[in-house]
Amino acid sequence: MSQSQGTQPFVLFDNVQKSYDGITLVVKSFNLGIDKGEFITLLGPSGSGKTTCLMMLAGFETATHGDIFLDGRSINNIPPHKRGIGMVFQNYALFPHMTVAENLAFPLEVRGMSKSEREDKVRKALDMVQMGKFGGRRPAQLSGGQQQRIALARALVFEPSLVLMDEPLGALDKQLREHMQFEIKHLHEHLGITVVYVTHDQSEALTMSDRIAVFNDGIVQQLAKPADLYERPSNSFVAQFIGENNKLKGIVKDLKGDTALVEFTNGQQAEALAVNCEGVGKPTLCSIRPERVRIGSQAGMYATEGKVIELIYLGDHIRCRMSVYGDDSFIVKIPNAGDGTMLSVGQTIRVGWDKNDCRALDA
Amino acid sequence: MEQIQTLNGVPLKKQIARALFKQKMRALLLIAPLLIFILITFVIPITDMLLRSIDNSIVSETLPQTTASLETWDPKAAQLPDEATYLALYNDLKLAIEQKNHTKLGTRLNYESSGMSSLFRKVGKDVSKMQASVSYKEQFLAADKAWGDLKTWNLLKLYSPEYTTGYFLAALDMKKTPDGIEMLPESDRIYLNLFARTIFMSIVITALCLLLGYPIAWLLANLPMRTSNLLMILVLLPFWTSLLVRTSAWKVLLQQQGVINDILVWLGVITNAGRLELINNQLGTLIAMTHILLPFMILPLYSVMRTIPPSYMRAAKSLGATDWTAFWRVYFPQTIAGIGAGAILTFILAIGYYITPELVGGTQGTFISNRIAYHISSSLNWGMAAALGTILLTLVLVLYWVYDRIVGIDKVKLG
Repeated sequence: MSQSQGTQPFVLFDNVQKSYDGITLVVKSFNLGIDKGEFITLLGPSGSGKTTCLMMLAGFETATHGDIFLDGRSINNIPPHKRGIGMVFQNYALFPHMTVAENLAFPLEVRGMSKSEREDKVRKALDMVQMGKFGGRRPAQLSGGQQQRIALARALVFEPSLVLMDEPLGALDKQLREHMQFEIKHLHEHLGITVVYVTHDQSEALTMSDRIAVFNDGIVQQLAKPADLYERPSNSFVAQFIGENNKLKGIVKDLKGDTALVEFTNGQQAEALAVNCEGVGKPTLCSIRPERVRIGSQAGMYATEGKVIELIYLGDHIRCRMSVYGDDSFIVKIPNAGDGTMLSVGQTIRVGWDKNDCRALDA
Repeated sequence: MEQIQTLNGVPLKKQIARALFKQKMRALLLIAPLLIFILITFVIPITDMLLRSIDNSIVSETLPQTTASLETWDPKAAQLPDEATYLALYNDLKLAIEQKNHTKLGTRLNYESSGMSSLFRKVGKDVSKMQASVSYKEQFLAADKAWGDLKTWNLLKLYSPEYTTGYFLAALDMKKTPDGIEMLPESDRIYLNLFARTIFMSIVITALCLLLGYPIAWLLANLPMRTSNLLMILVLLPFWTSLLVRTSAWKVLLQQQGVINDILVWLGVITNAGRLELINNQLGTLIAMTHILLPFMILPLYSVMRTIPPSYMRAAKSLGATDWTAFWRVYFPQTIAGIGAGAILTFILAIGYYITPELVGGTQGTFISNRIAYHISSSLNWGMAAALGTILLTLVLVLYWVYDRIVGIDKVKLG
């Protein structure tokens, strides 16, 4: 947690639970502190409870248990329109019967702002997203990317200190999405607002966030900076959900400090970094990133024999599927160094990795 | 620009037009059975019916010589027609009596002036007794003094032309006189009043349907699928029940000795002597018609509301709008298309409704369509029925045009 000692973070979820039917908990126990100016992403597969958490913060769902604090105040009983939180919706939710300028003026109008002040702010907001010329258009006359910008401008025009985004880029094509990721990131840095962003796209989360909360099954699996999440997943769900990952099944034979001796399904044994294994004799799942595997002469001391099953040429690297420790779906990414180290199917080669790159997690 | 030619020298444009024409004819052939069906069973009969509102050929066909002779007669001179005209009348009537057409003419002229029917029925006997040796004028005057009355001749002259505006004037409580068009005396006017009542009550019914239907449509569109399906069945249930049964049920409920009055008396809300008059008046028509037309308002509203994602309301609230502002500024404007469709449908159905006002409307709650039905089936004055029908149709078209100008017909959406 990056929150400083003693002071409460800007947004705080305190042991929040949510159930729709009173039988199953959609959100089981959600604790999260968000500092002012932070960009936090809630990442998880659909149905993991991330959107529900966002809706509770916005005020469209009520928490069944627990408190949500905004700027030190409990907001459980504050209706959504009094929370002053900006929100960008998945389908933009631009009002189709109003022009772009009217859409932007709407939040200012309901706040009783004068006409000249409104026009001034709307113009500034449109300029901010480079849509200055589109004020008179209807949302239906804009492209998806343009609508996205307007939705963003509308959520920012009344200068909220907290902005929520619910998969705002989900409907855009890949190129536009990547472009908008940077724009949102720049706006966030420029305006100093706090952003809570929901997505199921891990690369989007890694690109934009200060910290990421990975959701599954109604609980936060890991809350960490993007690099930590990728490099040091704390359990097998996170390891699998973020990036590509090799999983070797085995049983813990010995535990010494942070080193675990794991026996794999084919009977061979190897050492791994004990991160989240339950104890001697318990099953474990060893996670190794494909790009951390070394082959041939580069393979270090934790090395074994691997048999090449399949090779896929991908230009900058070669994807090699091989059989390692009895697992036939072990993937190795071999950089295309152009030095002629070409493998062939059926070949047996030495495979190895750094002990710290092989993380023994829960099974 | 140079014309593009096909390989065998025909201009390409011509060739394409020819090919498209064949396609169009084939498409036309597919809808031909329906087209012919509609033409025979709808367009032709309706047109024939509407033409009856101006058709007046019966006078000139039954009395060809008389009408020809009357062309030169000037009613302003205030003198009876000459002997030649009476002779013509004699000849015409003689032929008409042989063909038994004179009573029909009497019935026709009786619409314009009462007494004509009996005059023409009586003339059958009179004409058979007339002799060629004496002046026909004197014989007619002796037979019935109505033949010596200028009014009778004025009437004959006024209605000599093959086409007449008489029915339309009558439908608007007006009358033709030799001095021009006049309003009927206040006490004799019925139709203008009836038209006004029909329009006014149809508007009230439409408004009631909107007020009652809007929340239901909203519920239907926003409840979970299973609940809303059940609710939808309840909305559609009246559709599956006979109109007569529903209207009769309202009779049972609303009459003075009916269920509602009994309950109110039992509860002590009203005394036995002060039972409410809920039926056989305008109130009865309003209640029953609103109930019967409600689904026609709910269904278009529902289909429009269903397409409005809930995120609009949420967006409005997140932007700082209260529930009411969010509804009024964001949700309501998007349902206008549904309101338009529902209102037009309900209003047009209401304005031409016949059976319910007939059964529960008494004398004060009936519509213009009840009058049309009366002329079709009881008084057999089809010309009048056709004129009233034409006016009603025109009225609907005018209102439709006004609606288009104000709301815009392209905004109407049924789903």
